[in-house]
Amino acid sequence: MKVLVTGGGSMLLGGVAAALAARGDEVVCLQRRPIHVPDGVRQVQGDVRQPDAVRSAAEGCDAILHGAARVGVLGTWDDFRSVNVDGTSNVLAAARAAGVSRVVHVSTPSVAHSGHSLVGAGADAAVTGRKGAFYAESKALAELLALAANSPELAVVAIRPHLVWGPGDTQLVGRIVERAAAGRLVMVGDGSALVDTTYIDNAVSAHVAALDAVRPGAVCAGSAYVVANGEPRTVRELVEGICRAAGVPFAPREVPAGLAVRVGGLVERLWPRFRDGEPPITRFVAEQLGTAHWFDPRPMRDDIGWRPHVTLDEGFELLRQSFARSAA
Amino acid sequence: MPSAADLAAFGLDPSWSRMVQVPGHDGATHRWHVLDRPAEGAEGVAAATVVCLHGNPTWSFLWSRLLHELHPAYRVIAPDQLSMGWSDRVGARRYVDRVADVHDLLAALGVAGPVWLVAQDWGGAIAMGHAVAHPQQVAGLVLSNTGIAVPEGRHAPWLIRLAASHGVHRLVTRSTPLFVRGTPFLPGRPLTRVQRRALAAPYRTAGRRDGVAGFVADVPFGDLHVTKSALDRVAAALPSLRVPVRLVWGSRDPVFNDDFADDLHGRFADVQLHRIADAGHLCVLETSIAPFVEAAIAGAASGPTPAARVADVGESLWSRIEAAADSSSLAVSDAAADEAVNGAEFAERVAGFAASLHARGVRRGDRVAVLVPPGIDLIAVVYACWRIGAVTVVADRGLGLGGLGRAVRSARVKFVVGPKRAVAAARTLRWAPKATAITVGSLRGNDAPRLRELAIDAPTADDPAAVVFTSGATGPAKGVRYTHGQLCAQRDALRALYGITDGDRFVAAFAPFAVFGPALGIATGLADMDVTAPATLTAAALDEACRRIDATMVFASPAALANVLATASGPLPSLAKVRLVMSAGAPVPIETLRRLADLCPLAELCTPYGMTEVLPVADTTLTRRAAVGAGRGVCVGEPVPGCDVLIASTDAGARLQELPVGDTGEVVVHTPWMSSGYDGLWHTQQLARPTHEGRTWHRTGDVGHLDTAGHLWIEGRVVHLIHTPMGPVTPVPLEVAAEAVAGVQRAAAVGIGPRGVQQVVIVIETTADRADGPAAPELAAAVRAAAAPQPVAAVWTTRQLPVDIRHNAKIDRSALGRMMERRLSGSSR
Repeated sequence: MKVLVTGGGSMLLGGVAAALAARGDEVVCLQRRPIHVPDGVRQVQGDVRQPDAVRSAAEGCDAILHGAARVGVLGTWDDFRSVNVDGTSNVLAAARAAGVSRVVHVSTPSVAHSGHSLVGAGADAAVTGRKGAFYAESKALAELLALAANSPELAVVAIRPHLVWGPGDTQLVGRIVERAAAGRLVMVGDGSALVDTTYIDNAVSAHVAALDAVRPGAVCAGSAYVVANGEPRTVRELVEGICRAAGVPFAPREVPAGLAVRVGGLVERLWPRFRDGEPPITRFVAEQLGTAHWFDPRPMRDDIGWRPHVTLDEGFELLRQSFARSAA
Repeated sequence: MPSAADLAAFGLDPSWSRMVQVPGHDGATHRWHVLDRPAEGAEGVAAATVVCLHGNPTWSFLWSRLLHELHPAYRVIAPDQLSMGWSDRVGARRYVDRVADVHDLLAALGVAGPVWLVAQDWGGAIAMGHAVAHPQQVAGLVLSNTGIAVPEGRHAPWLIRLAASHGVHRLVTRSTPLFVRGTPFLPGRPLTRVQRRALAAPYRTAGRRDGVAGFVADVPFGDLHVTKSALDRVAAALPSLRVPVRLVWGSRDPVFNDDFADDLHGRFADVQLHRIADAGHLCVLETSIAPFVEAAIAGAASGPTPAARVADVGESLWSRIEAAADSSSLAVSDAAADEAVNGAEFAERVAGFAASLHARGVRRGDRVAVLVPPGIDLIAVVYACWRIGAVTVVADRGLGLGGLGRAVRSARVKFVVGPKRAVAAARTLRWAPKATAITVGSLRGNDAPRLRELAIDAPTADDPAAVVFTSGATGPAKGVRYTHGQLCAQRDALRALYGITDGDRFVAAFAPFAVFGPALGIATGLADMDVTAPATLTAAALDEACRRIDATMVFASPAALANVLATASGPLPSLAKVRLVMSAGAPVPIETLRRLADLCPLAELCTPYGMTEVLPVADTTLTRRAAVGAGRGVCVGEPVPGCDVLIASTDAGARLQELPVGDTGEVVVHTPWMSSGYDGLWHTQQLARPTHEGRTWHRTGDVGHLDTAGHLWIEGRVVHLIHTPMGPVTPVPLEVAAEAVAGVQRAAAVGIGPRGVQQVVIVIETTADRADGPAAPELAAAVRAAAAPQPVAAVWTTRQLPVDIRHNAKIDRSALGRMMERRLSGSSR
């Protein structure tokens, strides 16, 4: 199978490209900056905002795994819209032009996120109309667009991985470790909210499984699925586990959840005016860490035939080994 | 007609609502508003049509919960009575016309074939009228808080008399919305604001309330009232109805109270009553009655269940007492009161009490609440009642005062026997306001020969003997009915199981068990303890009770035994001599038994397994438990000879589907000594007593499995199953594993989240005194390792797990699960 992977620069999509190549698929990676690719993967530099670049990369492909996205809280609405919404639109158009019959759209649970706790939740429909939350809003529009493109000729499935982490992760793991090492670790509330996460290897295998499962007429075509380990833990235990794996002290200060959400909202508005880079806390992160977030694993199991193969504790051990290697 | 927006705001599906032109028996055509929910075809469920009739001052909205919740295979038709709701205003309408209206409406709707009528308040009287007039068109009745006549010895409900009285009637029912607005505030479970607003919606102006006033005016208070004779004619015809009638009753209704339920219960051939203790007049809206209606329809389809009965009592319950009437050897000893009676004295007291009770009007079949504190008198009153065929209602203080009150109230007793204070309390607390109070003191003074002169026929095997109560660990205590035959079979089973001979002497540290002593024909001793708190039994008190009768056997609850161990400091010579110790009611930790073995070196330590509804089911001893070793859950031993045990699937619905050996499922039993069933809870009874291969079985509500050696293992309660994405998980094996971890005293495994997606949380009491919160990382890791391969989302420590009062051992895992779900949602703070 020949597969186009967009956004191969990220930990997740890079991993998916490598996994596909390793099992013998012909893989083309499309991203803006050159990346290190495993043997056998063809690399194309280009921007999903340019329809021609996407169309030429998709030529001759059987399937597309669309993961290119703008993330974070920095940037204007146009920045987010052009990459996440228009980019998705370009990928879908390229798929149709190239006669591709299967598309996996990489989405996020935050497209249906409303700020309150999710307990054993399913993949509810994406919600639009948010004010201010550019990332979630643009990803919601993108997912609606992608699923609407599902047709008898083109099968589309949306996968929403929840809090992906693992060795080499600069987002979740990187930030926690950095802050804990600096003695600036903050716990939202008392850290007792149960949160599910996804170990990187599981996230990769879930996307591969979705790619294999999606085809015109398949049960999963036209639907969205949340991917997670299916092992929710309290935020405190998760953060503590990451700190232990990294060998940094775990001594958080507790910040009331309500306050954290308000501060997060304030910080994400003011931060860009004074500092560069992503702010230390955002409203979204505060909500994510202050309320329960765990999901119904059955749809992925029943419709896609996927189950996680690395447990949380195995993931922590793999993370510990990776930190130990890089320290050595 | 209500607007679609209004209906949607009331939570009704606007597509159910329509107006129907109905040519009436009165020659006029009236427009009716009807909520009509069509049936959806479903496999395995026979189609049925359910017609719901509301009363005053409501409308078809009354059935909104039933419309939503009833199985989709059934069509539901809920009309607004004429002059009510959104139907035509036709002025005051008499009962006879309203009965005929039902027939008119069903004809206009083209409903063919028998229908189930579900009705409340005036709707019930109308439904009964229709059933009597057209019996072939009625498949059955489900009636809720209604009536056909004022029960004997009672006045009409004072609220209705007030509303109907001259000068007040129009003011409260028509000129002001008092009657309409007040009804939802009658005692019961509270209604929501939306429900209250919806109920009042069609009655905004005085003109629209004509029907409300008319209904009240139609309540017959005098014999000359035209409706009185119509109601009397219907009432007279009810006994000839052959269809099943099921009563679902909110017991807090001040209008149609439990007396009306009893009155109706006495009027039908095939009738059963289910009381909902905390619901009121609008029970059908306060609670979910769909399961009741479904069960009524399903029960009628499957036919009656064979009654559990014992052919012959053999030896009567009191025959050993009479046989010992000349004996000077010890019969009953009470260490707390420092009192003891010999066989002759005890027989004399029982006979004297029996004669006195008879003289006070207690007759065969009458229910008697025995509120006598544990002691010789309690045992004597129970046997005196049994001797004359009265039914004892024994509720112990272990239910808590509120639970005791609810239990006595639900049993509808005719007499209350107890010390002065208790009978006064029963009246002032309205446990049994209309019962005749009899003080224990007043029973003395009659002599035994009087009883013989009375020549009272002894009760037979099928005669009811007692109502006893479940511990109420997971909801209100349920009354359980036993016949004489069943109690005799239970006595014989215990005698055989424990090799009890006339030479045995028995100390009971749990009052209901002490009652069995005289029936077994053995000397019985009561220990000095606070019966409301079994954990108050001290080692010294138990030893003293044993000393007084030179005991060979001891019965104590697990909580009592735990305290005996905690308080055992000096030598306990009398306890050391017993040959048998029994403990039941809750699981007994094997460690407790090991330590007990040091105190009673000669004794076999038995832990019979069973429940209020059936005891014993299985039995094991410390020795056998130790030999069996560890396994999935707690081993309760082999089934007792004469008691059949099978393991049934928990998701086969009403049908019993036996599972292969080794599989986990619900423990279901059949034995001659199982109780007749529940009292005033037909729905519970129907669920708990399935028929299988021609016999009636009892669903214990416990889950477990039988191993290849025939041992029964208990893994928890059906309601406490944790429904994970990988399938159901039983709590007890996880708890046993967690309790093996150093530092863990007691553990409870609960599920959080929606059924099918639940995550396991283990809550532990630790040996170190810790505040509520997440377990320390090392402890959490150890508990998780013990529970493996089952993933555990969180390990939480708590000071005290929620347990029942009676046994201080049964954990309310459902409540704990809800609490943990809130605690781990992050949104509570």
